[in-house]
Amino acid sequence: MSATRQRRLLTTAVALVGAGALVAGCTGNTPEASSSGGGGNNAASSNDDTGDTVTIGFSAPAADHGWMAQITEAARAEAEGYDDVELIVAEGTNDVSAQISQVETFINDGVDAIVLLPFDGAAMTPIALEAMQAGIPVINVDREFDDPDAARVTILGDNYGMGVSAGQYVCSQLEDTPDAVVAEVAGIDSLPLTQERSQGFSDALADCGLDVDNRVAAEFTVESGEEVTANLLQAAPQIDALWNHDDDQGIGVLAAIDNAGRDEFFMVGGAGSANAMRDIQAGDSVLQATVIYPASQAADGVRLARLVAQGKALSDLIDVEVPRQITLSAPVVTADNVDQYIDSAFES
Amino acid sequence: MTEQTSTTTAAGASPASDRPGPPPSTRGSSGGGFLSGSVGRNMGLVVAFALLCIVGIVTAGDRFASTDNVVTILRLAAVVGVVSIGMTFVIIGGGIDLSVGALVALSSVWATTLATQAMAADTHWIVMVGTAVLVGAVAGLVNGVVIAYGKLVAFIATLAMLAAARGLAEIIANRRTQTVRDESFLSFFGASPLGIPMLVWIFAVVAVAGWVLLNRTTFGRRTFAVGGNAEAARLAGIRVQRHTVALYVLSGVTCGIAAVMLMARTTTGSSTHGTLLELDAIAAVVIGGTLLVGGRGTIVGTVLGVLIFTTLSNVFTLNNLSSSSQAVAKGVIIVAAVLLQQRVAAGRRQKRSGKALPPTAAEGAPAGASPGVPAP
Repeated sequence: MSATRQRRLLTTAVALVGAGALVAGCTGNTPEASSSGGGGNNAASSNDDTGDTVTIGFSAPAADHGWMAQITEAARAEAEGYDDVELIVAEGTNDVSAQISQVETFINDGVDAIVLLPFDGAAMTPIALEAMQAGIPVINVDREFDDPDAARVTILGDNYGMGVSAGQYVCSQLEDTPDAVVAEVAGIDSLPLTQERSQGFSDALADCGLDVDNRVAAEFTVESGEEVTANLLQAAPQIDALWNHDDDQGIGVLAAIDNAGRDEFFMVGGAGSANAMRDIQAGDSVLQATVIYPASQAADGVRLARLVAQGKALSDLIDVEVPRQITLSAPVVTADNVDQYIDSAFES
Repeated sequence: MTEQTSTTTAAGASPASDRPGPPPSTRGSSGGGFLSGSVGRNMGLVVAFALLCIVGIVTAGDRFASTDNVVTILRLAAVVGVVSIGMTFVIIGGGIDLSVGALVALSSVWATTLATQAMAADTHWIVMVGTAVLVGAVAGLVNGVVIAYGKLVAFIATLAMLAAARGLAEIIANRRTQTVRDESFLSFFGASPLGIPMLVWIFAVVAVAGWVLLNRTTFGRRTFAVGGNAEAARLAGIRVQRHTVALYVLSGVTCGIAAVMLMARTTTGSSTHGTLLELDAIAAVVIGGTLLVGGRGTIVGTVLGVLIFTTLSNVFTLNNLSSSSQAVAKGVIIVAAVLLQQRVAAGRRQKRSGKALPPTAAEGAPAGASPGVPAP
């Protein structure tokens, strides 16, 4: 009885190990020439001279898509470029309470500055205020706090501006088509950034007499992008232009367009991933343009945190303090200017 | 013996219904074989599905009723459908598998690494399929062994696998989306033999195979027995532990297949694939009439459940409604379908009790109702 059982266990174990060995050969995943943005210090001023060593705490949401992965990677690379910066990177999390406790830990450790990309800006406001009251400057990146006092510097991508850029580009292409059908594949609908992008898009379209005829929301993932777009294409048998908020989910959006065999419209992307730019460069898909949402903003946050902690200012401004708020621009990338942007784009 | 009893009762108290040819008992419901068959048992679902289709036709007209749209719905149902078939087995067997979404992600990532793709390029794209299915099966095996021999509650064991598998997927993929480069892989799975997409064919094959396995084999009967009353099943000579392991391996294999389908659909492998897929699958299985405590359930119900949810999101998108309202409707449908299901079941039970049939074993004998049985 027990002998059989032992034998059975042994067989199972052998099968397990064998299967493991078989598949283990397949995990190798050496990427071809990863282009890591950030790290290069191209600003030449006395600001780059080594100063007092500062410890900077960094916390961001889980790097579950290419853009967010690049955010953390670029911040890390930027910190490595400075001898006087010690960056403590907290494990990326989409759990607000976990992120709050990360900031609490930073406060207890007495870091010199905190760079914070909140999963939810409103939810992180009280703890950021606490840090500021404890005398630790907080650099708020990308998703804004409720209270301006909760951050020493706020550095934001321009979500509304992204929508405006996309809308203006669509307008410029559809000038002669008054009743053009415009579709929109948004990101996670409950996020303020999605609402701002959509608002900017419809505001810009309104300026040229267009509106969004069909709108769906995905979840920034390839799978969700494919799914909602497959349905969208059924809802709108004829489309003139489509704006997709996010190039990560855009891979799925393009797959759905391919599957449906549709090519009567042009598509504009968002965020500016490297493969979207390669598609634009190649010019063989419906993707004609994308709107950049810089993935370097957390790296910029690290730079600013260092300056604030060392009591320096922005060298190109006359003001002796680092500004309170910086909004990055959202340029449109087309085949004409893609070469200029492709090197700093993130891999999705 | 016990096994036989719980089988018949588990299958919905009308063993005749699943067999072709005239049922031995022709009394009872007026619809005869049809109403007491799988369709009859899923009447609530059929009604819900029909209502949904009517709403679709009324609000979206030709855009809903077109062949293209029907194909789109089926293609979108295929991935979650395949996973739900595996989930049906696990739940009927008295377990739960929360790790399916993560296993899909892990399988898709493992099958699309540069190394796997290079190997596939040198040999055949079937290597990618094999890798995905193998990864799913091994992860399912781990689930099963931990649950059956480690005596961990299925909920906890698969919750742990959910976290671990997605984490491993992120490590392997380095949180990047991996593109499938093999053109022959894409063209094989992108093809539409007889005008029906390959993914839909795969779903159909898996569903039919699942139905046969559940209703026509010893394996299926044992699944009902183990889920209905594990102790009784053990006394009847079923190796409950081994069977439990097999159920989770089966679920893992369906995850591997689903991963391949998702790779074909999106042309990528990604650690974000299958996010919250476990909830969609469980929802489909449950509104399909499968008891969450095990011992009873049908494949037909599950397929209908999947179709209802997929059609729902299609109808909402055709009408340009937000995904938030869609989520509300989904919740309402889950409750409504299960309530309707219970009504129908209760009605049938009353009819049956008139004929003085004993209550089913699954309902009459709660789990753990076998005191005095010494532990081995």
